Amino acid sequence: MTSFILRRLAVAIPTLLALIVFSFLLMEFSPGSPFATERGIPPAVMANLEAKYGLDRSLIERMGIYVWNIVSGFDFGPSFSFSNRSVNDIIAQGFPVTLTYGFWSFVVAVLVGVTLGAFAAIRHNSVLDYAAVGVTVGAQVLPNFVMAPILVLVFTLWLGWLPGGGWQGGQIEYIILPVIALSTSYMASIARITRSSMLETLNAGFVRTARAKGLPMRRVILRHALKPAMLPVVSYLGPAFVGMITGSVVIDVFFSTGGIGQFFVNSALSRDYSVILGITILFGALTIFFNLLVDVAYAWIDPKIRY
Amino acid sequence: MSDVTTAEAHLDPDLLHGKGRSLWADARRRFLGNKAAVASLLILALVALFALFGQFLTPWSNAEIDWNLLGAIPQEGGPDLETRHYFGVDETGRDLYARVVQGTRISLAVGIVGALISVVVGTAYGAVAGYVGGKTDNAMMRFVDLMMSIPYMFVLILLLVIFSRSIIMLFVGIGLISWLDMARIARGQTLSIRNTEYVEAARAIGVSTPMIIRRHIVPNLIGVVIVYATLLVPQMIIFESFISFLGLGVQEPATSWGALINQGAANLRNGTPWMLGFPLAFFVVSLFALFFLGDGLRDALDPKDR
Repeated sequence: MTSFILRRLAVAIPTLLALIVFSFLLMEFSPGSPFATERGIPPAVMANLEAKYGLDRSLIERMGIYVWNIVSGFDFGPSFSFSNRSVNDIIAQGFPVTLTYGFWSFVVAVLVGVTLGAFAAIRHNSVLDYAAVGVTVGAQVLPNFVMAPILVLVFTLWLGWLPGGGWQGGQIEYIILPVIALSTSYMASIARITRSSMLETLNAGFVRTARAKGLPMRRVILRHALKPAMLPVVSYLGPAFVGMITGSVVIDVFFSTGGIGQFFVNSALSRDYSVILGITILFGALTIFFNLLVDVAYAWIDPKIRY
Repeated sequence: MSDVTTAEAHLDPDLLHGKGRSLWADARRRFLGNKAAVASLLILALVALFALFGQFLTPWSNAEIDWNLLGAIPQEGGPDLETRHYFGVDETGRDLYARVVQGTRISLAVGIVGALISVVVGTAYGAVAGYVGGKTDNAMMRFVDLMMSIPYMFVLILLLVIFSRSIIMLFVGIGLISWLDMARIARGQTLSIRNTEYVEAARAIGVSTPMIIRRHIVPNLIGVVIVYATLLVPQMIIFESFISFLGLGVQEPATSWGALINQGAANLRNGTPWMLGFPLAFFVVSLFALFFLGDGLRDALDPKDR
């Protein structure tokens, strides 16, 4: 197992470095200067600014410094458009917000999705099954940016039950709508995957054997069927995680949560490269790390995988 | 579905008289028997006609401002046949009908172009990797894995910011990833085709590798490729809409479903519900139709996969 994890790390770390270098080079090739204004800046001021942000050094030197700062101390450098604030400050401010509702969205998507899918499979062709299939088919066409305005329309403007934006230090009523908006389509996918793999497992020989030896259905499902049926779900968790991280940008912007996605979009619009770069790398690192976790979990659950 | 077709097959006069049916005739039968899929195809045809010719039905363009309505849009800007704003106007007094026509064009174009790129690049890539096998296969698929483990949306936004936000850049960006899934699927399929007798026979009589891939592998991939291409179209539309929803995609006065939904959502509290309703309806109905069409095609072309 240890060697398996080490080998996966040997792939993950170069991937991350490649992502950092690639993003950094992209930024280098962008036209224009982050300090360019319509009125123009005197050359002396420009030289000082460039010296302050280290832009007067060679490309290789700057890249080396950038990568080294990240690797050695998670230092993403200063922001170009917010003076006196570093990319780290921005991440420190926005990330806890995104992490909070992102975590709950993930938990809700997995728990509700697996439960719904498993019950639909166990009660195959029942009303519950049809309802579950209906929900999962419907949710396919309701990605987060469609869910969010619909939810606000219904629960904020018509019913007046929940606030349609803001964060207020993460009080529960401010978390509910973002979580529903972000998790719905992934919950549906997880339910669909669980249902079909559970159906397959329930028809397998070892389940019939377990039932034939007189085990109650409950025990058959919990002890024998659930674990193998979870394998496709586990391999879907990686893409689901990427989707949610990406979706959090929409949630942050639409619900004005003050999360990291809001900074990301604002920086994209104002060309604050260092912030975009820092957030891209942060989310890239999270994704790569999470995929690693999923692989390890998969290898751990699936006895057929040799490592 | 399968019960219906087998029941019909027993009664089929062609079969009774011993006449064979081609794979495609079979697929067409199965597809036409699927009511949801046929209805979806009709809906999509209507949406496509709307995108192509909808502009001829209105005197307004997508960028023109109706000055008569400015200042009173929540009261008078709603759908109205008299002013010929069939879908109402947006917050700056532009005709929403013309804008939805324009947005539908861009969204459909993005979906179709993305799917086409994935068909061409993905199929070729997957077929080569699967057929050649060995180290080449390993290296090629590792690269696909690597690309897939990156949160691509962020890199694409980075690209859009750096190389100006144009529709062409958006197409390039979408083209860069749309083929990844297709490459995996095509490779998996190729692995089973390469061991068939006819490929072996072709190899035995000395047909070159590129020729085998072109003549024997790719034609046999088409069924699966069509199915996944159809399912890719809605994914690409969602992808583009996501970026446009954030205001980072298509630029004014051009628009897309995502951009229109965004504007509708931004004006939720201003009493202009039609601004959200019409684009949302187009988005949801078309995507539904695309998913059902994809399912129908899968049942028709790939009957093993159930």
